[in-house]
Amino acid sequence: MGITLQHISKSYKKVKALDDVSFDVKPGELFGLIGPDGAGKTTLFRILTTLLIPDEGIAGVAGLDVINDYKTIRKSVGYMPGRFSLYQDLTVEENLNFFATVFGTSIEENYDLIKDIYVQIEPFKDRRAGKLSGGMKQKLALSCALIHKPKVLFLDEPTTGVDPVSRKEFWEMLKRLKEKGITILVSTPYMDEAALCDRIALIQEGKILEIDTPENIVKNHPKTIYNVGAKNTYSLIQDLKEYPGNHSVFAFGEYVHYTHSKEKFNPEDLKNYLIRKDHQRLVIHPAKVTIEDVFMDLASQHKTEGN
Amino acid sequence: MRSEKVIEVGNLTKKFGDFTAVKGISFEVFKGEIFGFLGANGAGKTTAMKMLIGISKPTSGEATVAGFDVKSNSEMVKKSIGYMSQRFSMYDDLTIKENITFFGGIYGLNRKQIRQKTESVIEELQLQDVADKLVGSLPLGWKQKLAFSVSLLHEPKIVFLDEPTGGVDPITRRQFWELIYAEAHKGTTIFVTTHYMDEAEYCDRVSIMVDGVIEALDTPKKLKEQFKTDSMEGVFLKLARGPLTPALPAGRPKGGIKD
Amino acid sequence: MKRFIGFVKKEFYHIFRDKRSMFILFGMPIAQIMLFGFAITNEINNVDLAILDKSKDAETEKIINSISASKHFKIEAVVGNDDQIEDIFKKGNVKAVLVFEKDFAQNLQTHKKGKVQVVTDATDPNTANTITNYIQSILQHYQQEINISNVAPHQIQVKSRLYYNPELKSVFTFVPGVMTVILMLVSAMMTSISITREKELGTMEILLVSPIKPFQVITGKVFPYIFLSIINAIMILLLGYFVFEMPIEGSLILLALETVLFIVTSLALGILISTISATQQTAMMISLMGLMLPVILLSGFIFPISSMPLALQYISNIIPAKWFIIILKGIMLKGVGISFLWKETLILIGMMVFFLALSIKKYKIRLE
Repeated sequence: MGITLQHISKSYKKVKALDDVSFDVKPGELFGLIGPDGAGKTTLFRILTTLLIPDEGIAGVAGLDVINDYKTIRKSVGYMPGRFSLYQDLTVEENLNFFATVFGTSIEENYDLIKDIYVQIEPFKDRRAGKLSGGMKQKLALSCALIHKPKVLFLDEPTTGVDPVSRKEFWEMLKRLKEKGITILVSTPYMDEAALCDRIALIQEGKILEIDTPENIVKNHPKTIYNVGAKNTYSLIQDLKEYPGNHSVFAFGEYVHYTHSKEKFNPEDLKNYLIRKDHQRLVIHPAKVTIEDVFMDLASQHKTEGN
Repeated sequence: MRSEKVIEVGNLTKKFGDFTAVKGISFEVFKGEIFGFLGANGAGKTTAMKMLIGISKPTSGEATVAGFDVKSNSEMVKKSIGYMSQRFSMYDDLTIKENITFFGGIYGLNRKQIRQKTESVIEELQLQDVADKLVGSLPLGWKQKLAFSVSLLHEPKIVFLDEPTGGVDPITRRQFWELIYAEAHKGTTIFVTTHYMDEAEYCDRVSIMVDGVIEALDTPKKLKEQFKTDSMEGVFLKLARGPLTPALPAGRPKGGIKD
Repeated sequence: MKRFIGFVKKEFYHIFRDKRSMFILFGMPIAQIMLFGFAITNEINNVDLAILDKSKDAETEKIINSISASKHFKIEAVVGNDDQIEDIFKKGNVKAVLVFEKDFAQNLQTHKKGKVQVVTDATDPNTANTITNYIQSILQHYQQEINISNVAPHQIQVKSRLYYNPELKSVFTFVPGVMTVILMLVSAMMTSISITREKELGTMEILLVSPIKPFQVITGKVFPYIFLSIINAIMILLLGYFVFEMPIEGSLILLALETVLFIVTSLALGILISTISATQQTAMMISLMGLMLPVILLSGFIFPISSMPLALQYISNIIPAKWFIIILKGIMLKGVGISFLWKETLILIGMMVFFLALSIKKYKIRLE
């Protein structure tokens, strides 16, 4: 019940949406496709759910080919496209009933699968879907995608535009689903969600930057990143950018993540430089590498390579 | 720095029938501040913002933006502020230059000013190679940066940004915030909403709305101390988990400053 | 089957919960019928007339009386001489002047001929014609009367009778026409909008990636509109019958069958439109411009086809509405059966099959 992609490419007019993408999702894995808008995530999903035909390459879901066996694939996967496509003028219950009927089942039949999710929106079951908040729409859309107990679940940006609390709850639900043996492929632009997956693929502008477990990606990152903090973040960033030998300077919440271009780097030198620039409440210490750091590093490498 | 108040809100309320979306909020924003306006979906954030930018009439309460009353003088409010949202920024089927010209015209700039602004925006964002390309062909991040610059064409005192970086790639996101910093440095007040909690850290002060009420308002540092977490996400989680469960217990302890 | 029912149920929810759809579906037919029936008539009533009576005798008086008794005319002014005729037209109210020659009654007796001139304001040629015809018929009627009382020798009397629509009631043209337009509107436009709405919302994606077959999606979408079209058709016929006394001379069953045939043809057109539209707006525009307008202008609904330039007459043949209106008028007004209408019916069946086949072929099972 896994997913495979081999050398998949797809172009729209002159734009190459996907460029030689290959990876596998093992059965029962929670796999994250991490990348910003325009990276090619939705195109990839549409190829896997048989809605688009790739220009090049082969892809398979649960051992079936996406082009030739599309009818069988369509009957057996769960799909939640972006913007949680729901029927706005139907109520929560009506939406669920409808999708259950379409898949030839009923709410009762697979209720235990969606129970944890559904109980949160059940009090609103007579409310029109259009009147739900983002977090609730998300839960409803997920329930509708699961109602027929699919073995493979495709979730295209299910957390986009939703507040952090709902996002966190959503991922907790996904973890519980994974325990029931469902293979899940999720895409998201939020880098912090990557850490919650078994394995991830970082994608930018149609190309895969890296594929591995989140832990490995962070562990294998070659550069040392420093947290630099000061009272005035704005001028701190300016000054860091002017520091000779700086490689990357990125704001990261209350600190600035700094990397140096040379192996030999003494943070004390940097500290003195900044003190001379009159910075107050100065701190410098090594930072914990995050997926976002790695992503940005890889993405900017790709840009320079591409030029 | 903390002198001039550019936004003053007193007991601002908005009702839709018998549902109260915004329940008498009060706060102030100072000149040159980067003010983060956060809240869960459905907390009343968008409704409140619509009142401040003059496109929705308050049911009761007061609000003054850039010196103008939002109830009686909403037209002047609209003329004195900049606005940018994630949903709509530019016209995809016009070029970058055409977009700037168009919006410049709407904001009342004359031809000479438009020309000067076009040059400086293209220079600042380094769009020389694509200035005559259709905006629709640009990546999202570039569009948003451009939209931000366009919202500032008429040099407003305050600019309202509604989730400006949703879905944008991390590098461009930070470049965007560097633009915001530069602008705030010049004295423009920035009123921004976002779902990225790290962006909340970039703000001078942050307010968090929960269920129509402002439950917290302070600098990120003080909020983290108050809620005993080391990240803004932690603060948000502690505050905002409430309204997502169906039954909201009545006497919830209210933390944070309301005024 | 259960899938189908579930789908149809959903479609009905959409229709009844969308105020705009409801208005178009039920409000418009009623509004149109009323509008066409009452306001826009080719008949004339209360037309202002002026009289120039150069004779002023008993006969002219009798004629003038019978004209003023008619509901079609109102004698507004009396004119003294020929020069004043143009002035009274310029004033604007008077649409026709009736001129009796000098010594009218005398001429009638002695020479068996009395001259009456009808001068009309033909800036509106249609009305002018109608006025002239009406006056002529009043005069002929009068002529018959006086002939009966005279022992005059045989005169060839021109009798004219208007078959099927003796009062020339224009509503008899309009009810079939409006019914055709409404059915086309509901079946084609609403269906195409409904299908493209799914595409626009993104729910079409989910439907595609599911066990439900495209064929079931289409039938599910189309079924409520068949149902509603039939209700509309019945409503229009009832309105026509009770409010405007429009008869249905022919077989009701034939009428029902032909109506269903036309509805299905329109539905097929609607589906076809949806395959080439990405948004609801596009679907609506194509339906209005590509269907509604040609139907109203070229189907013979308002303007007779025979009066159109040849090129347009040929074009009108490919519009299903044209054939359906012929069928409707045939059944409703003439009471004829299939033996007279087989040609039109066959054409309509051919069109239906063609559109259905084309829309099935063009229906996309993928997103591009």
